[in-house]
Amino acid sequence: MAVIPWVEPWVIEKVLFATWETIYMVLSSAFLSYVFGLPLGVILVTTAAGHVLENKGVNSVLGSIVNATRSIPFIIFLILLIPFTRMVVGTSIGTVASIVPLTLAAIPFVARLVETSLKEIEWGLIEAALSMGAGAWQIVAKVLLPEAAPSIILGVAITTINLVGYSAMAGIVGGGGLGTLAYYYGYQRYEDTVMWVTVIVLIILVQGFQMFGDKFADKIANKRR
Amino acid sequence: MIEIKNLSKIFTIPGQEILALDNVSLTVKAGEIFGIIGLSGAGKSTLIRCINMLERPTKGSIIVDGREITALDKRELRSARQKIGMIFQQFNLLSSRTVSDNVMFPLEIAGFARSAALKRTRELLELVGLSDKAGVYPAQLSGGQKQRVGIARALANDPKLLLSDEATSALDPQTTRSILKLLKDINQQFNLTILLITHDMNVIKEVCDRVAVIDNSRIVEVGDVLKVFSNPGTPTSRSFVNTVVNREVPGELLHGFAARNDGAAVKLVRVSFIGPSAGEPLISSMVRKYEVEVNILYGNIDRIKDTPFGNLTVELIGPPGLLQESLDYLRGRGLEIEVLSDA
Repeated sequence: MAVIPWVEPWVIEKVLFATWETIYMVLSSAFLSYVFGLPLGVILVTTAAGHVLENKGVNSVLGSIVNATRSIPFIIFLILLIPFTRMVVGTSIGTVASIVPLTLAAIPFVARLVETSLKEIEWGLIEAALSMGAGAWQIVAKVLLPEAAPSIILGVAITTINLVGYSAMAGIVGGGGLGTLAYYYGYQRYEDTVMWVTVIVLIILVQGFQMFGDKFADKIANKRR
Repeated sequence: MIEIKNLSKIFTIPGQEILALDNVSLTVKAGEIFGIIGLSGAGKSTLIRCINMLERPTKGSIIVDGREITALDKRELRSARQKIGMIFQQFNLLSSRTVSDNVMFPLEIAGFARSAALKRTRELLELVGLSDKAGVYPAQLSGGQKQRVGIARALANDPKLLLSDEATSALDPQTTRSILKLLKDINQQFNLTILLITHDMNVIKEVCDRVAVIDNSRIVEVGDVLKVFSNPGTPTSRSFVNTVVNREVPGELLHGFAARNDGAAVKLVRVSFIGPSAGEPLISSMVRKYEVEVNILYGNIDRIKDTPFGNLTVELIGPPGLLQESLDYLRGRGLEIEVLSDA
C-alpha cells in the first residue's frame, strides 16, 4: 500500500483510521453540543432584559454557569469529568468516551456563539413580529433563527474547528484519534513521520471544515441578496 | 376607534426618570386618517407604540375598537394585535423570506391554512402593485417597494386600524407621495382607520383629516388639518405649518408699513381661503363693493388632502369704517382673516 512512497504503509493505515476516529468524535460532539447549546443560546438571548422572555433569574444563573464552564481549561475539564464519563459511557478511554467531555466543553461555547449571532438581529424585526401578535416561540422559530442562519452556520464551523483541537488534547489522555496517534507514535516513539503526517491531516481537516462552513453560509446569504 | 385617556409614560434609566408622555388624551374616529406631528423626542413615537403595547404605558388607558388594550392579558393582547397593523420607518422586513413569504408571515402567526394564506397574499401583492416581485428577497427591492411590502404585510389580517410609525421618513419625496397615495386609497377602499406619526408637515397636508401637534410630551393642539393650517393655535403648530405653507411676512414689508397722512387707515391682513371659496373672486368683489384699495403683497395656493387652500397677504387702504366692513364681508364668506398690522 505504497500510495505515498516515502511514508511506510503502516503509518498510512494508522493515520487513516485515526482520522476517521477524529472525524467521528468531532462531528458527533459538534452535533450534540448544538443539540444543547443552541437552545441554551436562545434562552440566554430571549431571557435578557427587555427581550421576549425576559427573566432575570434564569438569565443570570445560566450566564454564570456558562462563564464558569468556559473558564476551566479543557485539559483540566477533561480530567475533572472522568468519573462522569465513566458513569455515562462505562469507560473513560476511547473515542466514544471522548465525546462526553468534548460535548460538555463545547456547549457553553456554542451557547455564546449562538447568543452573539442572535443579538446581531435588528430589534425592529422582533418588534414587527410582536406587532403582528407573534408569541415568543414564534419569534424564535420564524425570526431569530432564520435571520441569523448564515451567522449561526459560521459558528458551527468555528465550533467544529475548535473541537478538532480539543479532540487532539483528549487523545493525549487516551481519547483516540489523531491526538492519540501523534502522542504515542510521534512523541513517545520518536516517529517523526507520524507526527508530520498527523499535523498535515489536521490542517486539511480544519481547512475543509472552514471551507464547508463558508460555502454553506455564503449560499444562504447570497440567496437573500 | 382609538380612545386614549390620561396616558403617561415614564422611562426609568439608572439615576434618571424621563417623562415621555405627559397626561395625553386623544380620540381617533373610525375611518379617519389621523396624524400626530412632533419633533424628534417630542414623544410621538412612544405614543404610537403604546397603542399596540410595544411600549407599556405608566398611567392611563387606551381603548382600541372597544377593547381596553391596556387591560388585556398576554394571550388577549396577541389576538388584539393581529387586528392592528403596523408599518415602520425601516420597513422591518425579514431578509430570510421572499416578498410573498413576508406578507404571509402574519397569516402564519394567526394560524391560517397555507392555501388560504397564499390566496390572501396574492390579493395583497396585487393591491400594492408588487405581484411580479413575489419570489424576490427584500434586499433586491427599492425603499418604496419595501414599504409596499410592509403595507401588504400589515393589511394581511384585515386589521381595523393601521399604525404608521414614520413610514415615509426614509423615502425620497416622490416615493413618499406614492406611498401616501396608497395609504389614502386603502383608507377609502377598506374604511381603514390610519394613525400615523411624522415630523413632516407635508405628510399631514397630503393625507390627514385631523392632526394632533405634540410638543415636549404633551398634545398642544388637536384639530381638522384645514383648521390647523389656516389658523395654527400654538407657536409649535405655526412653525410646522410654516415648513409647508409660507405664511411669514417678510420683515421689510412690516418695516415699510406706516400710517398715512391723508386720514385713511391701513391694515396689513392675511386672508386664508379654504375649499370652494378659494375659487371665487372674493377680493375683487369686495373692492367693487366697498371701494377700498387693495395692495396684494404676497400669496400662494396649495392643496390640503383634496381641498384647495390658499392665503394672501394684502394691504387694505381706506376709511376705517369701510375697512372694518370689508373685512366682515370676507369673514362672512368663510374666509379666515388675520390682521397682522394696523395703522
